[in-house]
Amino acid sequence: MAFRHKHILGIEQLSKEDIGFILDTADSFKEINTRDIKKVPTLRGKTIINLFFEASTRTRTSFEIAGKRLSADTINITASSSSVVKGETLEDTARNIEAMHPDIIVMRHSASGAPHYLADRLDCSIINAGDGAHEHPTQALLDMLTIRQHKGSLEGLKVAIIGDITHSRVARSDIYGLTRMGAEVRLAGPGTMIPPGIERLGAKVYADMREAIKGADVVMMLRIQLERQGKTLLPTLREYAKFYGLNPRNLTLAAPDALVMHPGPVNRGVELSSYVADGGQSVILDQVENGVAVRMAALYLVLGGEQGDNA
Amino acid sequence: MKILIKGGRVLDPAHNIDDSLDLLIEDGTISRIDKNIQEQGVDEMIEAKGQLVTPGLIDIHVHLRDPGFEYKEDIASGTRAAVAGGFTAVACMPNTKPVNDNHTVTTYIKTRAVEQGVCRVYPVGAITKGSKGESLTEMGDMRDAGCVAFSDDGHPVGSGELMRRALEYAKPFNLPIISHSEDLDLVGQGVMNEGFVATELGLKGIPWVAEAAAVAREVMLAEFTGAHLHVAHVSTRAAIDIVRQAKKRGVRVTCEATPHHFTLTEEAVRGYDTNAKMNPPLRDADDLEAVREGLADGTIDTIATDHAPHHIDEKNVEFNIALYGVVGLETALPLTLRLVEDGVLSLRDAIAKLTINPARALNLPGGTLEAGRPADVTVIDLNHSWTVSAANLVSKSKNTPFDGWKLKGIATHTIVDGKIAYRKG
Repeated sequence: MAFRHKHILGIEQLSKEDIGFILDTADSFKEINTRDIKKVPTLRGKTIINLFFEASTRTRTSFEIAGKRLSADTINITASSSSVVKGETLEDTARNIEAMHPDIIVMRHSASGAPHYLADRLDCSIINAGDGAHEHPTQALLDMLTIRQHKGSLEGLKVAIIGDITHSRVARSDIYGLTRMGAEVRLAGPGTMIPPGIERLGAKVYADMREAIKGADVVMMLRIQLERQGKTLLPTLREYAKFYGLNPRNLTLAAPDALVMHPGPVNRGVELSSYVADGGQSVILDQVENGVAVRMAALYLVLGGEQGDNA
Repeated sequence: MKILIKGGRVLDPAHNIDDSLDLLIEDGTISRIDKNIQEQGVDEMIEAKGQLVTPGLIDIHVHLRDPGFEYKEDIASGTRAAVAGGFTAVACMPNTKPVNDNHTVTTYIKTRAVEQGVCRVYPVGAITKGSKGESLTEMGDMRDAGCVAFSDDGHPVGSGELMRRALEYAKPFNLPIISHSEDLDLVGQGVMNEGFVATELGLKGIPWVAEAAAVAREVMLAEFTGAHLHVAHVSTRAAIDIVRQAKKRGVRVTCEATPHHFTLTEEAVRGYDTNAKMNPPLRDADDLEAVREGLADGTIDTIATDHAPHHIDEKNVEFNIALYGVVGLETALPLTLRLVEDGVLSLRDAIAKLTINPARALNLPGGTLEAGRPADVTVIDLNHSWTVSAANLVSKSKNTPFDGWKLKGIATHTIVDGKIAYRKG
């Protein structure tokens, strides 16, 4: 099959076949990352701009490495939190960048919908590297790739996602992707962090985290964004860790071979106890590793998947 | 100057008139309404056969942006947009720069309206100085300068005590207090209705209870003080229920709804369309139904546009930083007529909600056709189909969510004070 999307703005737009195709492509790229010479000429002569309006080290680095391993020229632009702060509108920023003729803009922005805004106005491909509390498609893809590698398939798996669902773009993208691939998604978190109607995306909401992780094949812990919670969503991190943290004791409720995942960076002792984060069931570093392969696949496929020589 | 409107269907809900009649205007005044008027020396004959002749439409909630934000709208352009939409009178909100919180600003608006305006302009003064919610304005003095009501509009009065005093103070002047009812704590950082669509789009939500809780407080204060409260742009079932119950108890409360709230739901925000960003936000289908029920059973007295012009640079940005509001003067009439088509309102009631009811809500003259009264008249072609084009709007700003919509019904003549202020080209 061919990948027919010019942009990757969200998992919502991707079919089951699209997702499977991206994951297969990522699998085929994965080997490049373990070679001695970690570079193929696939995107030689292509220009990729990482346009990050929000601080991010791992996602930006992951995209940068992915681009470089495909021989693209990657340029990082880190705008201070928002273009508005600099007095330039997003549209002007975009036009200026487009005038430099990039092939792909990888964009991270604090405003939900910002990459859609650019996609409507620019000719190049846009890959959403996280927009507000909306979507973070490549994170969901690397999550799915990691689960698939360990479990063989996503079909029929029980995946619990625990934490701040309201503010999590990772959660939304994961819910779209996992349910589309046939997994059962269970959600739990503080009542202040479960957004209205989320079950309409096909996930089941549990009041008690322990119920959500009972028998789960995957337990995915979300990062508590300390800076976003304000004063009203959580009493204390101590209480959060007590009721919504994953520790060796409640992990025993999950399937014996359950995977423990986290999009990182981990607040140790809050979402995850160190025993769990560093334990045998944790695949957190596999997620990071898979991130590069998934982003290579994304960059390759939005350009039509035919440029240069394949790996 | 004599104008004879011949053969139209004259519909004046205030006087229960709905008949094929002629209407004669002489020197700015309606001189006769009768069958088959034969008159010599007519300067202008409007052949209105097959058309509707109504009292001039009144919009009690607009933003003319003058003084201070003339790049969005000014009194000249805003009143031209009004007459193009069939309105002969508008009440303009005080969130100008400077805020209309003293008689000098009120006088400026009234003077400008006389110099440059093409319809009647009734300023709404601020409840508190600078709309800061700290101390009352000189309401009596501002009434003398021309204010017809008081509102802090987009800056709801946070203090219950201050709102109580505003109602008490305005009461002997017989001036209504207009409440933009929002509990700002509950609104928080929200930018659209809280619900499934916001969850999907990852946008922060404004819960319905932010409106309902505020309306509940205002209604109780109106009941307590006996003063007249007018609730602006109700948008939620809960708030409408509160007003309905209060009216049954005899509380002096009136309220309005906007065409966008009885036409669109939060679904319009999909795609992050900033022209669907308004305050209060577009709600869900049940709330839309509740607005229609409220209009039908009379809980909602009037239709007002909340005409809120914004420059394209203020809308062509990320959704969460776009300004709130849409223009509405030129689309209100056909959108209201859709309610008639949908069986929500009779034509008579629809016209009442654009004429006599808004006049009564703010104690304004007009809203009815009466011999001897100043001639504010709108002639409407109910069957004219047209497509909204944002680019062709008369308003300086083009922020409409109805661009490209096919609508039916349009004002063909808008007569203000006996002069033809607008004639459809």
